[in-house]
Amino acid sequence: MTESTPRMIAFAVNPTQEAFRGPGREGGAGSAGIRRRRRGSVLPGFGTSAAITSMVVLALIVFPLAVLVLRAASLGPGGFLAAAWTPRARAAYGVSLGASLIAAMVSSLLGLIVAWVLARVEFPGRRILDALVDVPLALPTAVAGLVYSALYVPKGWLGQVLVPLGIKGAYSFLGIVLVLVFVSLPFAIRVVQPVIESLDRDTEEAARILGASRLQTFLRVVLPGILPAVVTGFALSLARALGEYGSVVFISGNMPFKTEIAPVLIVARLEEFAYAEATTVAVMLLAMSLALLVVVNALQQRLAHNAQ
Amino acid sequence: MPTSRTATIDPSKAVSALLVAAAVAIVGLLIVVPLMSVFYEAFSGGVAGWWRAVAHDPDTRHAIWLSLTVAPVAVAINTVFGVAAAWLVARFRFPGRSLLISFFDVPFAVSPVVAGLALVLIFGRQGLLGPTLAWLHWKVIFAWPGLVLATTFVTLPLVVRELIPVMESIGPDEEMAAVSLGASGWQVFWQITLPNIRWALLHGIVLANARAMGEFGAVYVVSGHIAGATDTMPLRVEKLFQEYRQPASMAVASVLAGLALVTLVVKFVIEHRLEAEARELELARSTDGTTHDATLEAAGP
Repeated sequence: MTESTPRMIAFAVNPTQEAFRGPGREGGAGSAGIRRRRRGSVLPGFGTSAAITSMVVLALIVFPLAVLVLRAASLGPGGFLAAAWTPRARAAYGVSLGASLIAAMVSSLLGLIVAWVLARVEFPGRRILDALVDVPLALPTAVAGLVYSALYVPKGWLGQVLVPLGIKGAYSFLGIVLVLVFVSLPFAIRVVQPVIESLDRDTEEAARILGASRLQTFLRVVLPGILPAVVTGFALSLARALGEYGSVVFISGNMPFKTEIAPVLIVARLEEFAYAEATTVAVMLLAMSLALLVVVNALQQRLAHNAQ
Repeated sequence: MPTSRTATIDPSKAVSALLVAAAVAIVGLLIVVPLMSVFYEAFSGGVAGWWRAVAHDPDTRHAIWLSLTVAPVAVAINTVFGVAAAWLVARFRFPGRSLLISFFDVPFAVSPVVAGLALVLIFGRQGLLGPTLAWLHWKVIFAWPGLVLATTFVTLPLVVRELIPVMESIGPDEEMAAVSLGASGWQVFWQITLPNIRWALLHGIVLANARAMGEFGAVYVVSGHIAGATDTMPLRVEKLFQEYRQPASMAVASVLAGLALVTLVVKFVIEHRLEAEARELELARSTDGTTHDATLEAAGP
């Protein structure tokens, strides 16, 4: 309610102006204004839009996820644990969490460099670089996985160089991290970039004039300003990486206990018709994702608050 | 721009150059090299080989056809939902509004595989509605409706997330004025709201379409992965890869990569329009203020 008041005030002012321009300008303005204020606070379409929205949200989001959770809950605590906490499932959580955390950290660091350059440095080709950052958002993840595995196999463009050095990018844990960095990089960049653009450069200048070194200025003045955005980017990257399936399935080799991530385990169990284990692992993954979503929402609200 | 740069302290030119080199290396190695190698590998057998792989394999042809029929339906559902949800959230205040907005983000957070599994648990043979659907002879899982449902789920936030900020920043003034002048709800929508949000809507549709065409995880789970029946383009890429038919797999992948590049170009153009429109809005607001003052002054005496 509080949010709508300024708009109502704005509206209450506006009609007089409209009426002034309109044909019935003498005397009509006041009464028209009152009539509009009363009716204007309620726009049409609340019922229709609420019906469509709640139907889609309930049918496509709430109902399926509720069924999933209830199905897992119907196993009882003991049954749930037996299915969700098998050695193979534990290993899959470990691989998923480990690879996602590393990928999110790498993305945040690399993303910070790219975001900084895009926001602060003028150079030929900057717009092209800026456009290329969105490629992972548009490129199907299956294509990314296919290409990455082709690049890092021993005969691939990069594998030729890296495999003799002992760096195996395909069918390995490193491969999982590589594709997860690819899919999460845009999130890490796009959250931080506008915040760097909006930084007040006068403070940096003041710090420099007062004798701070470039590094000190960055650590003491710039970093505190962009840290909330970097953390948000990290959380978003982590969320994206945790759920990723399409690209990983091509490059990881999917070896149980070694390079099998939780989503791959879910699919494997489903294909064996082991519904109980597929469902419980899915619920574990869902819980992690939703917890992250809550964290991301809180962070973004703080970010918006800081921006104001 | 140049004046503000000279006035502030940038890292010295050497540090700047180093950072630019690092950024170019990061984007180059992680994004450009893989993208180029798709096309290189896809056309390694020449254009004729590429064409044979894409157009002469009946299963691949079916996969392309399937993707072209699933994605538009999912995008259409998304468009209707996105507009309705954005209208609801940006124009009304009601209890549970914040909760509803966070529900819009759920498909972004949930793994597509988990979403697919949830659909299987409802519509699959062993699922909640399985017996009913079997009685009706309706197939959802391992069939076209399941693909549409899964694709719609993963793309659900894309349109509504584009529209909410734009509708909030435009504000309800014009719509309220139209209503007060006697316009019906649909008139307000078609003549005021839709023209105002058209570029943002198009942006959301383009993004949703790209995601719909490329979705893998959710679709993989509900499709059953049947060649020539329920394989979409990304699933076909995987099937060919599993069959050790790398060149054919790359050829199909190159079609998807080409689509992604077209998407990015369209997105780039739309974003320019959006920025121009945001500037116009700012301008209109500032001039609006002055004319308003002027009218008050004019009305004063």
